[in-house]
Amino acid sequence: MDVILFLIFALIAVVCAINVVVQTHPISSALSLVGVMGSLAILYLLLGAEFIAAAQVIVYAGAIMVLFVFVIMLLNAGAETKKGRSYLIPGAPLLVVFLGLTAYYVQRLFPANTMVTFGGFTKGGPREIGEALFTTYLLPFEVTSVLILVAIVGAIVLARKEIE
Amino acid sequence: MMTAVPISWFLTLSAILFALGVAGFLFRRNIITVFMSIELMLNAVNLSFVTFSYQHKEVAGHLFTFFVMVVAAAEAAVGLAIILTVFKNRSTLNIDDVNSMKN
Repeated sequence: MDVILFLIFALIAVVCAINVVVQTHPISSALSLVGVMGSLAILYLLLGAEFIAAAQVIVYAGAIMVLFVFVIMLLNAGAETKKGRSYLIPGAPLLVVFLGLTAYYVQRLFPANTMVTFGGFTKGGPREIGEALFTTYLLPFEVTSVLILVAIVGAIVLARKEIE
Repeated sequence: MMTAVPISWFLTLSAILFALGVAGFLFRRNIITVFMSIELMLNAVNLSFVTFSYQHKEVAGHLFTFFVMVVAAAEAAVGLAIILTVFKNRSTLNIDDVNSMKN
C-alpha cells in the first residue's frame, strides 16, 4: 500500500518536474511546479512529517507560487523564443548517466533494512516541532525574523517608484 | 507484496528532482523559469532532510526544512522584486540580454 502511494506520487512529481524544465511558457512551468509541491506534501505525510506537509501546501504552493504567478501576469511574460536545444542532445544522456550512478550509490549506502512505513515516525506533529523550535532552535528562529524583516525592506526598496 | 518503501527510493527521488532543477537552471533562458528551477532544487533538498529525519527518528530535519521554507519565501520576495526592476529598466526577461557587466 505504501509502495503504491509512493510510486504514484513520485511519478507525478518527476513528470511535473520534467514539465517545469521543458515547457516554454512560464505559466505552464509555474502550474507544474505546484504539482511537484503538492505531491511532495503527500510524500511528507508518508514520512510522518505532518506539520511540514501542511506548511509545504500553505507556504510553498500557496504563498510563494501565488507570488510567482502574480509576477508572470504582471510582466505579461510570453513564451521563450530562442531555446538552447543544442545543449539538450549531450546534456540529457549525461543527466541520465549521472542519475543512474547516484541511484546505484544510494542503494549501496542505504541497506534494505531501513524501510519507510506510514506511522513509523510520529514526532512530526505541531507539538514536537514547536517544542524543538522554541527550546533548541530558539536563536535560529529569532534570526529568521530579522531575515524576514530585511527581505520585506529590500523588496519594498527595490519595487517602489523612484522619487526625483 | 512489499508494503514498506526503502529509504533509498526517497533519496533517489530527491536526487532526480535536484538534477532536473539544475538542468532547468542551466538550460532555460527566461529569468522567471530559472528562478522556479531554484525553488525545485530547494524542494528536493527538503525531501532529503525529511527522509534523514525519518531514518534517525529525530525532529531536527523538520526544523531545517522549516527554515529552508522561510529562506525560500524571503528569497522569492526579494528575487521577484529584482526581476520587476530588471524588467522595468530593460523590458526583457531573457537572461542573455542582461549582460551589461560582461564587457
